Amino acid sequence: MSALIELSWIVAKIVALVVPLFVAVAYMTYAERKVISSMQLRRGPNRVGWHGLLQPIADALKLLMKEVVLPQNANRFLFVLAPMLSIMPALAAWAVLPVGDGMVIADINAGLLYVLAMTSMGVYGIILAGWASNSKYALLGALRAGAQVVSYEIAMGFALVGVLMAAGSLNMSEIVRAQEGPIWNWFWLPLLPLFIVYWISGVAETNRLPFDVAEGESEIVAGFHVEYSGMAFAIFFLAEYANMILISGLAAIMFLGGWYSPFHGIPLLGPLFSWVPGLVWFALKVCFFLFLYIWFRGTFPRYRYDQIMRLGWKVLIPVTVVWLVVVAGMILAEIGPWFS
Amino acid sequence: MQAVKEFFGTFMLTELLKGMRLTGRHLFEAKYTLEYPEEKAPQSPRFRGLHALRRYPNGEERCIACKLCEAVCPALAITIESEAREDGTRRTTRYDIDLFKCIYCGFCEESCPVDSIVETRIHEYHFERRGEQIIHKDELLAMGEKYEAQLAEDRAADAPYR
Repeated sequence: MSALIELSWIVAKIVALVVPLFVAVAYMTYAERKVISSMQLRRGPNRVGWHGLLQPIADALKLLMKEVVLPQNANRFLFVLAPMLSIMPALAAWAVLPVGDGMVIADINAGLLYVLAMTSMGVYGIILAGWASNSKYALLGALRAGAQVVSYEIAMGFALVGVLMAAGSLNMSEIVRAQEGPIWNWFWLPLLPLFIVYWISGVAETNRLPFDVAEGESEIVAGFHVEYSGMAFAIFFLAEYANMILISGLAAIMFLGGWYSPFHGIPLLGPLFSWVPGLVWFALKVCFFLFLYIWFRGTFPRYRYDQIMRLGWKVLIPVTVVWLVVVAGMILAEIGPWFS
Repeated sequence: MQAVKEFFGTFMLTELLKGMRLTGRHLFEAKYTLEYPEEKAPQSPRFRGLHALRRYPNGEERCIACKLCEAVCPALAITIESEAREDGTRRTTRYDIDLFKCIYCGFCEESCPVDSIVETRIHEYHFERRGEQIIHKDELLAMGEKYEAQLAEDRAADAPYR
């Protein structure tokens, strides 16, 4: 009996996480189309529902109805397995993200390591998809994606090492609590270079523009998911966007004080905004980063592949290493409101 | 000095921020999109759309079956057959335009000595069955009758430039 209650509790938690996440992904596509079209002086989808608000639902229904084509010489088992392998870590990593004070599914003490492990798993889905499709474009896309994700993981990991030094904990909730206070108490200020490096490698990690050589429509058609159609494609899409939201959520937790209000602890403004729940502040911060994703996509052209590798290995990693030393110095000197 | 400046410029991501400022500004600018079925782009009186055969005000059809349009048509889209009518005048018995072949160049209209074959402003049409793309004389004449007011107005507007 107690096992049954436990099980239903777990299922309830999964539903409470996955359903809002899928809705967020759906409306992220809508926001992306709207914002990019605005930047290109277009209007974007506005036919399905009020201002096109039902467009993502129409798209989802369309993808559900479509046939999943299995290429003739594809490895059927891996071909079907790959989308699952890419979506599972994207969802699983959410388990340790505190969306509000105490609002976390698994408050484990190695949360940051778990997240890094899970985001690294995602690349298996991409590589297997590219290989199992038995298509040259898919293989090229998978190779590019694999090399890129592995390279940027290092810069990203180093950037997060800075956070973990500053917070003194691997537990995500502890990391947020270490930033308690107003906006200048958060880690983005002392760790500004790491913040920027984290964000750039986060964009590269999710294979988004301007680092989208893995997809590169104009060069290799669609990269690793050329051969996928219907729901199998939709799952890759879902995984990509879930990863984007995950990276944004991580950025909010690591550098922008998670669920804390930017006015937390300021004499007059603090109490004025104290009625806003922490979840809302977290969501706003995530939205800010998601908007940055879209803004980048609307602004920057795609990097050349060797430039991506140069940026990752020769620029971002040295910057993080230098700043790690600076952070260590700041911690020893107990500088400012952050390390005292 | 210049190199140092460039180095720091690259590190501060100034050019990227400039680009983002530009797209950010565009975000709030007025949009160019026309919401098509409700809003339409303005058309010139010289617009070349679907064809029509016109009539004189007294109801007589203008076409005298000279076949100049058939001869000038670069896509060979026009087929004309003619015969003498009871009153001795030459008239078409068949005037077909294959809209799949037609390239809407307007040469037929230019070549017509009696302003009979014209191109209307209509550009929103479709075919549902095979063979419907070939429009016949009666359809062309009906088009001409239906849009005569617009056609006359457009010819008059263009007349000073000819």
